[in-house]
Amino acid sequence: MGKTFSKPRSLTDQPTHYCPGCTHGVIHRLVAETIDELDIMERTVGIAPVGCAVLAYNYFNCDFQEAAHGRAPAMATGIKRVRPDLVVFTYQGDGDLASIGMGEIVHAANRGEKFTVIFVNNAVYGMTGGQMAPTTMPGQRTTTSPRGRNVEEVGMPIKVAELLAALETPAYITRQTVIDPKGIRKAKKAIRKAFEYQLAGRCFSLVEVVSTCPTNWGMTPVEAVAWARETLLPYYQLGEFKVPE
Amino acid sequence: MQSEVKFAGFGGQGILLSAKILAHAALEEGHEVVWIPSYGPEMRGGTAYCTVVIGDRPIGSPIIKNPQHLIAMNRPSLEKFAPTVRPGGIILINANLIPIGSGRDDVTDLAVPVNDLAAAAGNLRAANLVALGAFVARSGIVDFETLRRCVQEEFAAKPQTLPVNLAALEKGRQAAQG
Amino acid sequence: MGKILMKGNEAIGEAAIRAGCLNYFAYPITPQSEVAEYLAKRMPEVGGVFLQGESEVAVGYMLFGAAGAGERVFTTSSSPGISLMSEAISYIAAAQLPVVFVNIIRGGPGLGGILPSQGDYFQATKGGGHGDYRLLVLAPASVQETAEMVMMAFPLAEKYRNPVMILGDGLIGQMMEPVEFPDHLRTAPSDKNAWASNGMATRGSRQRNLVKSLFLDPEALNNQNLLLKSKYDRMRREEVRYETYNLDGDYRVLIVSYGTMSRVCRTAVDNLKAAGVEVGLLRPQTLFPFPLEAVREAAGRPACQAVISIEMSMGQMVEDVERAVCGIRPVHWYGKCGGDVPTPEEVMDVVRGLMAGGR
Ligand SMILES: Cc1ncc(C[n+]2csc(CCOP(=O)(O)OP(=O)(O)O)c2C)c(N)n1
Ligand code: SF4
Ligand SMILES: [Mg+2]
Repeated sequence: MGKTFSKPRSLTDQPTHYCPGCTHGVIHRLVAETIDELDIMERTVGIAPVGCAVLAYNYFNCDFQEAAHGRAPAMATGIKRVRPDLVVFTYQGDGDLASIGMGEIVHAANRGEKFTVIFVNNAVYGMTGGQMAPTTMPGQRTTTSPRGRNVEEVGMPIKVAELLAALETPAYITRQTVIDPKGIRKAKKAIRKAFEYQLAGRCFSLVEVVSTCPTNWGMTPVEAVAWARETLLPYYQLGEFKVPE
Repeated sequence: MQSEVKFAGFGGQGILLSAKILAHAALEEGHEVVWIPSYGPEMRGGTAYCTVVIGDRPIGSPIIKNPQHLIAMNRPSLEKFAPTVRPGGIILINANLIPIGSGRDDVTDLAVPVNDLAAAAGNLRAANLVALGAFVARSGIVDFETLRRCVQEEFAAKPQTLPVNLAALEKGRQAAQG
Repeated sequence: MGKILMKGNEAIGEAAIRAGCLNYFAYPITPQSEVAEYLAKRMPEVGGVFLQGESEVAVGYMLFGAAGAGERVFTTSSSPGISLMSEAISYIAAAQLPVVFVNIIRGGPGLGGILPSQGDYFQATKGGGHGDYRLLVLAPASVQETAEMVMMAFPLAEKYRNPVMILGDGLIGQMMEPVEFPDHLRTAPSDKNAWASNGMATRGSRQRNLVKSLFLDPEALNNQNLLLKSKYDRMRREEVRYETYNLDGDYRVLIVSYGTMSRVCRTAVDNLKAAGVEVGLLRPQTLFPFPLEAVREAAGRPACQAVISIEMSMGQMVEDVERAVCGIRPVHWYGKCGGDVPTPEEVMDVVRGLMAGGR
């Protein structure tokens, strides 16, 4: 696989601002490779979230819009409804999508909007310095859950893929991870499928990606991968929750 | 009278903490004081800086373009801020990471191998306290005893780290006077 | 208790507790997330309520509910978050509920930046949400004053049964200064039984209380607005606060400036004075009600040739300054709002330019 080292055309040359060991960069790459392979760069519009990936448009080589926090699915709806010929994707974190933007994502999914969502679940608010997210694990310490997430007070972490798969309308809902090479290969396949469904005119597709945030987890990249494997993956099970017939 | 001390270095070099300890010492001595951090995206890995303003009257502008003194923990910090220091000031240079001087003849360069001295004191991460000790000993901006008390208070919750931190402070003082 | 060094954001959290407000709802946003982080630790220690809402929209109505139930409650946020709360602010003002909002402003519009700004002056003083409501707006210039204003905000909100907003900026939130909290903790909350939906049994009454804002009858709605207006008029009479600096001498230029910006101006005034140039400074501490008369009087002094509003925004407060000065002196504006706060030197240059008639 000599190809691994060549940079996808859909990525710019700019070095990313992500921390060492952060998985945002890997996920960008998988999306960009998919855009290359499907040869859709010139008709793709991405929507950047408010979160660590707000600057995604500096790294992707296609048109982009920058959303308000959580509103990316509504903006994607606007684009796709007036220009169905464009390929549209949102790239959102767990605070963005599952907290402030929960209303937008549920309704976009339920209307069967024909765009693709890349949902990066790192169990924390990365950009703002490590506050609790709706996906934060029970007992996990964050700056706003200094004694660990107390599920008596704030409930259990939200399983977004399962939640949206409970809706009748969406076409493709899956959860993947990029914490190891095998996971990365599978995640790549899933992302490609999601875009292919969109191209085939199938409705809403979402790929949840279980990720790491070593910086705000207070871990080294290696520790973060181990923690994600031991703590996140048993709760956030990988697999396809919904596929079109 | 008002003087300003700018602390600059990599994020993670303990800039904000040593600045806070100096601010605390100034407060203990009855001065007016403001601690102004740089905040924002540059916190991740990039250059961090923080200014402490010490005065006898309520402090006006918290925006300081020309500080009286500079504590430069890495080379980019020295290159960026040395030209801004007011004449007569002290520029503390972390000689382990910065092989050059300020290149000015109207300020006092104080080159101290703070990393080596911190390692000798028992913890490389105490380099910020070596620098603080050296700077205070040379400038006399606060009494060294007050500073020592503030370090003790700062680490009161982690008493096991106190001896190393006090040793680092002392190594700084010796370097500045040696 | 002596002076302690504290970040503005932490002082806000502590001041609210000292003021007897033990209920806090918020959503993280830079540059004020430290308030939530501080209170996530502190509220459980004092038996208070800390909850991170799912959005600022939700937080706005958590505040509505809690205040409507008669409890002291507050939030902190920064510009985009306050925009999302603006709907709730309109409803809260309409339902006449005492809630304290703190806006640690960052640069806008849109996502803008995270550095200090004063770009939300209009939003705070002229609206933001819909309808004829006003906020009582306090603008601190130091960490100590921030703490004091937070503590006085609760009784003020209760006196008027109206939301109060503290308008700070990123620097106020992020910098550390010595603060002293009063020994006498807590102001007793006012009696809310007359209107709060705190349960009939709580107040031993058989009369129910409704907390609402719908008035379908045009006359009733007009009367409701007249009632609100009478409160805002009373604020204009009773709550105007400002500080003056160097207004005794024969100043040729009057600067009007608030918050962090006013401190920069104070240094510029000192430096100009040392160079033999007299400049006066008036610092509004309440932005609504705005110190109209004080500004007019200061502008009208015989030596004063010009007035300038210096703000970290593109000319917002200057409209109130113009309203105050009423054309008796030329009114100018200077400002910046990217996050680079103007320096004293810049302010001095601007003032010198004005005196040379260059502007
Ligand atoms: C209305 C509004 N509220 C709050 C914020 C502050 N904010 C920026 S990013 C963010 C959370 C980011 O977390 P997440 O979506 O999980 O992305 P990550 O950084 O972890 O990738 C928040 C709360 C904002 N920009 N706008
Ligand atoms: S803070 Fe976390 S999510 Fe953000 S770039 Fe760093 S590791 Fe990645
Ligand atoms: Mg996240």
